[in-house]
Amino acid sequence: MKFSTLKRHLKEGTRNTWRNSWMTIASIGAVTTTLILVGVFLVVILNLNHIANKLEDDVQIKALIELTAEEADVNQLEADIKAIPEVDTVQFITKEEELDNLIESMGEQGQAWTLYEQDNPLNDAFIVQTTDPLDTELVANKIQQMNNVNSVNFGQDYVDKLFTFNEYARNVGLVLIFALLFTAIFLISNTIKITILARKKEIGIMKLVGATNNFIRWPFFVEGMILGILGSIIPILIIMIGYYYLANSGITIQQFNFIQLLPFNPFAFQIAGIILGIGVCIGVWGSLMSVRKFLKV
Amino acid sequence: MIEMQDVFMTYPNGVVALNGISVKIEQGEFVYIVGHSGAGKSTFTKLMFREEVPMKGTITVNNKDVSKLKWKDVPYFRRSIGVVYQDFRLLPKLTVYENIAFALEVIEESPKNIRARVMKVLDQVGLKNKARFIPDELSGGEQQRVAIARAIVNRPSILIADEPTGNLDPDTSWEIMRILEEINASGTTIIMATHSKEIVDTVRKRVIAMEDGTIVRDEHRGEYGYEV
Repeated sequence: MKFSTLKRHLKEGTRNTWRNSWMTIASIGAVTTTLILVGVFLVVILNLNHIANKLEDDVQIKALIELTAEEADVNQLEADIKAIPEVDTVQFITKEEELDNLIESMGEQGQAWTLYEQDNPLNDAFIVQTTDPLDTELVANKIQQMNNVNSVNFGQDYVDKLFTFNEYARNVGLVLIFALLFTAIFLISNTIKITILARKKEIGIMKLVGATNNFIRWPFFVEGMILGILGSIIPILIIMIGYYYLANSGITIQQFNFIQLLPFNPFAFQIAGIILGIGVCIGVWGSLMSVRKFLKV
Repeated sequence: MIEMQDVFMTYPNGVVALNGISVKIEQGEFVYIVGHSGAGKSTFTKLMFREEVPMKGTITVNNKDVSKLKWKDVPYFRRSIGVVYQDFRLLPKLTVYENIAFALEVIEESPKNIRARVMKVLDQVGLKNKARFIPDELSGGEQQRVAIARAIVNRPSILIADEPTGNLDPDTSWEIMRILEEINASGTTIIMATHSKEIVDTVRKRVIAMEDGTIVRDEHRGEYGYEV
């Protein structure tokens, strides 16, 4: 395409958006609303996914050793656990270390537990990590069967619940977002249809003198794109600013070994890119829908 | 050159517009299409311009089979034909100059050529001094001259005029006829559908008379032949 032609299309498309300013505002509003929800949804889902994945990596089995176990029994148990093929590392911690960890993790309230230092009610334990997080449950069950094992804990429950929640949230969110996307596309296509009706005569003359369909289509493409881009500005600002404060607020999920949210950079920029991309797509799609039937002359 | 062979055309609502038409028009001819309203004159011109596609038969324009033209080739085909209508079809917000330049812009002619060609064609129709006027500021005859200028600015080999004088008073009509004859003299084929007995009987050319979708008469230097 020639530069002068491109300039013409850009000028036409921009002028159209100004001409029906009310419909333009309505469409941009619809796109904005949609994209804000898409953005928030993406931030939530991707972070939940991130946390779930992190957790899965961190899942470890804690096998509490019977209080009655002798040192030889403990050594035997360690050897048995190490013999399980899926096991990666085995670490022994004494009940004194356990108590220290507990006190530390509880912060101020932990001070109450210092009383127990005289008469520690906890067990010695093995911390077992599997090579593949997915084998955690299998290995936990095997250890459970062994002698001198009081009980076995592992975080799989949390992870499973989080994944299930994640999936529900994703499905509900997707339905909602698709409904909104269609509304936005519909509004954009209506806005552009009004432009086209207003320019029906012009289009007729263009066809008369031999303009190609692509040539006629371009300004409407541009208009759709402008609507999409304008509609994505506010959502991008909201998401970027909001996430900036959220990510830097020091929120961590304490229960899960202090996992952090996805870092602002590059995550927020990626989301901004996605929002802009979706904005442009619905704009172009909307314009395509409305131009199509006017070109069959 | 335009050639139609056994062309049938029925509209979706069942109206038979053309009922087996065969005709040959050589390059450079000036042809009147006459007949009552509904005789098929408009359909006849629309088929040449590929606004309609025949149900049956072949139409060859400049050695191209129009009915077999692909969608994407239609715009390029249309560039070889200029069209003028009774109602001028100018863009009201554009100046005379812009209206004509528009026809070149949309076929992506370079800005440099556009200026030269628009000025030349404005001179040809005698409207050089009205280039900056908008259509509403012009008389009907002047508006039609702008429409003709727009139709020929792309140097088409054929000019189709569908009742170009239908909205004009007699004096103005003669002016339009003079311009059309000049264009014809430079080698452009002109096909003009008209209801004007006066014009047909005065400016004598080939006359194709249509009735009920068929050609009932085809004479060189013919007459209008109907009572007005």
